[in-house]
Parts: sequence; structure tokens; C-alpha cells
Amino acid sequence: MFSSCVDPSSLQGLNWLSCYLTTGKHIDFYWSFLTVLTLLVVTAPTALAFGFGGAMLARSPHLPLRILGKGYTAMVRGIPDIVFFLFFVIALDQSIEWLVHQVRCPDWTDPIRNGLEFRVCPQAKVPQNSSPQVWHSIYGFVLAVITFALVFGAFAANVLYGAMQAVPRAQLETAEAYGMNHGQVFRRVLVPQMWVYALPGLSNLWMILIKATPLLFLLGVQDIVYWARELGGAKTAVYAFPHPDWRLYYFLALLVFYLAMTKFSEVVLTRVQNRLSHGQATAAGEAQRKAAT
Amino acid sequence: MKKLILTTALLALTAGAASAQTIRLGTEGAYPPYNFINDAGEVDGFEREVGDKLCELAALTCEWVTTDWDGIIPNLQSGNYDVIIAGMNITAERAEVLAFTQNYIPPATSAYMALSADTDVMGGVVSAQTGTVQSAHVAASGATLVEFATPDETVAAVRNGEADAVFADKDYLVPILEQSGGQFAWAGEEVQIGDGVGMGLRKSDTELRDKFDAAIATMKADGSLNTLIVKWFGDKVATY
Repeated sequence: MFSSCVDPSSLQGLNWLSCYLTTGKHIDFYWSFLTVLTLLVVTAPTALAFGFGGAMLARSPHLPLRILGKGYTAMVRGIPDIVFFLFFVIALDQSIEWLVHQVRCPDWTDPIRNGLEFRVCPQAKVPQNSSPQVWHSIYGFVLAVITFALVFGAFAANVLYGAMQAVPRAQLETAEAYGMNHGQVFRRVLVPQMWVYALPGLSNLWMILIKATPLLFLLGVQDIVYWARELGGAKTAVYAFPHPDWRLYYFLALLVFYLAMTKFSEVVLTRVQNRLSHGQATAAGEAQRKAAT
Repeated sequence: MKKLILTTALLALTAGAASAQTIRLGTEGAYPPYNFINDAGEVDGFEREVGDKLCELAALTCEWVTTDWDGIIPNLQSGNYDVIIAGMNITAERAEVLAFTQNYIPPATSAYMALSADTDVMGGVVSAQTGTVQSAHVAASGATLVEFATPDETVAAVRNGEADAVFADKDYLVPILEQSGGQFAWAGEEVQIGDGVGMGLRKSDTELRDKFDAAIATMKADGSLNTLIVKWFGDKVATY
């Protein structure tokens, strides 16, 4: 990065360190923080949407829909995350390629499945073999978001389902007495009131999601934990910047990052909780009302 | 309608099918000097040079991909890359699921490295990387095996006392031992395992395998492979 960094072996002390911390590899490390944050920002709302859908299905008066909603939560919650991440992603990737294969290569005669091998025609590869690495990374990232959203959506569905059940029946009955139909009761009374019950569960999920990002590496996306391990490992003279085992320092930096994320989330979640409790028929809402008078 | 949208999205994603196919080379990127990620963040090492040269000889466009060692064979089989070139020893067990080219590194020795030369490598705790020929050897030797996902962690385990010795390719351990300032020493006997290091491909990819096989033969014949071996591993190792 700096012109003085051309010959690292001649550098000393701070100069060495400043050059070391700005190598291409370290820049990749810094970018991976952004990858993780992007994943969180994209996954959280998607998972919430999956959860909302799942909870609505689980409450549906129609049996098939109810089975679908409950089946989704039960299945995902029952399977260990790591199995899900290994199995589901490969299945998703292969089914996408299989679909493209059907469209693009109808004349292909070789078997697609050959023992353990999965082989579609070259035109059906997603992304194409010839496309730049960045597309492969983006594709991997999108698969990661879908998988994370599906897993955390199932947990969120259960939380939201419980929250919907927790809204006092009297509130809904009152709304019905005013002549609102099912949809109106749901939109105007049930949904606005359920969040305060859902928040503790959802904030738990958010915290777990923050810490689950190292699973990204299973999906081929290089996250901060991968880089910390790779950069911190002992380096022989074959590298431009040899150093002993520094994983401790790298993982300490990650510790600070994760603690900062946790603290920040806690502050935000407390504010949201206060806001949602306002005017609610809960102990917290009651306390707010008393404090105001 | 939904299917139509999905198909359109997929077509958009995969648009621009180039006529010349790119061959993706999968490596671990954590096994210097065979393959590692250099400070610029690129794949480097002996296999980088050999791989680039072989692609040139076979007139192929190649691209490098890194993956963790644990999933290197399943990822090849599901088509995420086309070739494994990651210091993988040719063994009968692996040849059941992969098609290997001829070796581009002659059968090399594996060695035990410990804090002192008189460490008991047959009865103590020995670390090795998961899914390697070395870990299988340790498991069969009577020593207690501790496995790690990356080669670096196997060495770190000896340094911090978790394991008595590490068992790995000698070529990987040599620079570590030489630069440890006397901290490490060879222990036990050296062992010959495997039939040398080769490239692994899907069994159905016979055409590509033959191309690389021919390119390796060319490099062996004109001596350029030996030059690279000496450049990265020193002049004390076996050559062709």
C-alpha cells in the first residue's frame, strides 16, 4: 500500500507494523467485517418475514396451511444448524443448477448424478465457470442469506406464534365487538400488540445470529473468524511478513468487535422495548403509565 | 408465473456463457510451501506455479479457488471447481472417489516434529490434520491422535503442549523447524506414505484428466518440474 512497504524485510518496529496491517490480505480481513454486517442487515429482516409467514400459517384455520407452518418450524428447529448448513446449501445449489440444466441443455445424455458426483452441462453452471470470482462470492453470499433466513425464520416463527397467542383475548374481543372483521382485528389490534411479547425472544435470536456468522465459512464465504485464524497463524519466511502465532491478538480484536456489537444491540433493543411497552396492557406499560402521572 | 420469474432470474444470473470454458482449480491455501495465500491475498506457492504452467501447456484458462480441507472432495464432486491441486497424496482409498493424474511430486516422506528428539511418537499424543494420510497413519500407529482442521493448528498444538508431536509432510515441516530457533526437533522415524502428490478430478472428467496428465509428463520430460521442486522445497528433496 505505501511505497516504503516494497521490501518488508528491511522494516523495523512501527513501520513494519503499519505495512503489515495494510497488506492485501489485511484489507480482505477488513472487508470481511463489512460482509458480516451486510449479512446481518440483510438476514434479520428476511428471517423476520419468514417467521411472520410461518407464524401466520401455523395459526391458519385451514389444516393444510397449519401443517405447513408447524412442519416448517418443527423441521428446521429439530435439525442441528451445522447439518442444515452442510446439507441444505448443497441441495439448493444443485437444484438451481438442475433447473438451469433442464432449460439450457435438453439434449444432454450423460447422467447428471453419477455416484456421488453431480455433473450438469457446462452452460448450466451457476455462476458460469468463466465468470469472475466476485460472482461466485456473491452467489455464495446469497445462498448463505437464504439459508440463514430459513433457519432463523423458523425460530422467529415460533417466537411470533407465541407472541400472537399472548395478546389478551379481551383486546381482540373488544375489536370484534366494534365490528371489525378477521383481517382488521389481525392488522389493527393483534399485530401492533404482539411485538412487545415477541421482543425478548427476537432479541435473543438476534444475538445468536450475530454469533452464528462464522458458519459463513462452511458456505464458502470468508468471514472474520476465517481471516483471524488465517492471519494469526504462525508464518514462516515464505511469507513477506513472518511472525509467530498471533491468533490470540486477532481473536482479541474479534472479541472486542463482538462485545461492541452486543452492547450496541442491547442499547437499541432496550429503547425499542420501552417504546413498544408504551400504552400496553403489560406490567412494563403499566409502570410507564404510573411514572407519567 | 412464479416459475417464469425464477427461470428468468436464473438466466440473467448465468448469462454470458463464454465459449472457452474456464477450469477452476481448488486448493486449500494454508499449506506453505505447497499452497498458501500470500500477503497480497492471492494463492501462491509451489502448486500455484505448477498449476499455472500446466494450464498454459494444456492451453486452458484457469482460475484459483480456495476451500477448507475438510470439504475439498465433496465440493469437487458437487462441481464447485474442477480440479483439486492441494498437496493431496495419491492413495488407493482416495482413488475410489477421485480420478488422479500422475504425480507431480514424487512420493515424499512424512515426519514427526516435537519439542525434543526423544519424544515417544508411538505412545504419546500426536497431532495431524483431519482427513490426511498422516492422520490415518497416526491412528493406526497406536499413538493418541488429535486432529485439527488446518495444518497450522497441528503445529500450534505441539507448541502449546496439547500434543507431544505433529505428524505431517516433511516438506511442510522443514521451514517451520529451521526457523523455530531450536524450539523443534525431529522425533521418531520418517515414514513413506502414498504414491506422491497428484491432481484430483471427478471420475467422469476423463478428457480433462488426460490433458493435465500429458502436461505433467511434458514438465517432467523437460526438467521444468524439477526446477520448481528445487525452488520451493530445496535441493535435498526427491526429484524426477
